[in-house]
Amino acid sequence: MLRGVLGKTFRLVGYTIQYGCIAHCAFEYVGGIVMCSGPSMEPTIKNSDIVFAENLSRHFCSIQRGDIVIAKNPSDPKSNICKRVIGLEGDKILTTSSSDFFKSHSYVPTGHVWLEGDNLQNSTDSRYYGPIPYGLIRGRIFLKIWPLSDFGFLRDSPNGHRFSDD
Amino acid sequence: MAQSQGWMKRYVKAFCKGFFVAVPMAVTFLDRVACVARVEGASMQPCLNPGGSQSSDVVLLNHWKARNFEVQRGDIVSLVSPKNPEQKIIKRVIALEGDIVKTMGHKNRYVRVPRGHIWVEGDHHGHSFDSNSFGPISLGLLHAHATHILWPPERWQKLESVLPPERLPVWNEED
Repeated sequence: MLRGVLGKTFRLVGYTIQYGCIAHCAFEYVGGIVMCSGPSMEPTIKNSDIVFAENLSRHFCSIQRGDIVIAKNPSDPKSNICKRVIGLEGDKILTTSSSDFFKSHSYVPTGHVWLEGDNLQNSTDSRYYGPIPYGLIRGRIFLKIWPLSDFGFLRDSPNGHRFSDD
Repeated sequence: MAQSQGWMKRYVKAFCKGFFVAVPMAVTFLDRVACVARVEGASMQPCLNPGGSQSSDVVLLNHWKARNFEVQRGDIVSLVSPKNPEQKIIKRVIALEGDIVKTMGHKNRYVRVPRGHIWVEGDHHGHSFDSNSFGPISLGLLHAHATHILWPPERWQKLESVLPPERLPVWNEED
């Protein structure tokens, strides 16, 4: 009787550890389903949309300009941010809005990326905290799952003029 | 014949089952609990690699201790390099968020470490690529705590968390 209970407990613990480990590997190396909140990526991703993020391109270092990425918040490592990559290392970036009279440019340093939200008026991004290290990027969002009416690959940036010319 | 086929089948089945259990468990253990790494370069002399280029120490990296991004001044930590995401660097934590630190060769004489950032330095000043060249580093790049030297065996020891007294922050948040 006792042996049966013990055996069952051990088997349950074993399966929990095993599936926990498989889940860790999947979320760390392949990708997962993420719920986005906040207004910074409107109109591409609205508040509480559910998207699919893949982590493979981070491991192969193939993040490109225009990709939407999930990254750790540089000023709070426990929270994540979701922004669009505007510039890669070495790119020249316009750090002020394009309607400003005084335009200021800066170059993205080695190993960093420049992130901006699609909702330029309401987004805390690289214009505020500067370029962020590539190591903070967690994954790339490429598919929107929910709401179903909007299912599919994500749209291009509405702020195409923000990309550097070269 | 039929018997040997059955044996083969059983063997392959057992192998697959073991494979799908062992590999994810090993990967998770190395990612979440602990792993070992060899230290290259002279940036942490004399604490690590005291023999220069001939010897390189192997350290135990404790990921479990770093899971909540909690670090203390003086800890030796490994971080993802901000210049090259495929490279890891190992440094000593000098100042935490909110501290004002006196720099050595940075563009500003005094730097206030912003929220969510730390100031790291190698023990070998002048021969280390650290916060004096790239500035405060985001805690999100924290990889693990270095807790023990494992190899060479005569140098087996626990790595103590000591802050050089001359590198104390000029002003810290708690006071």
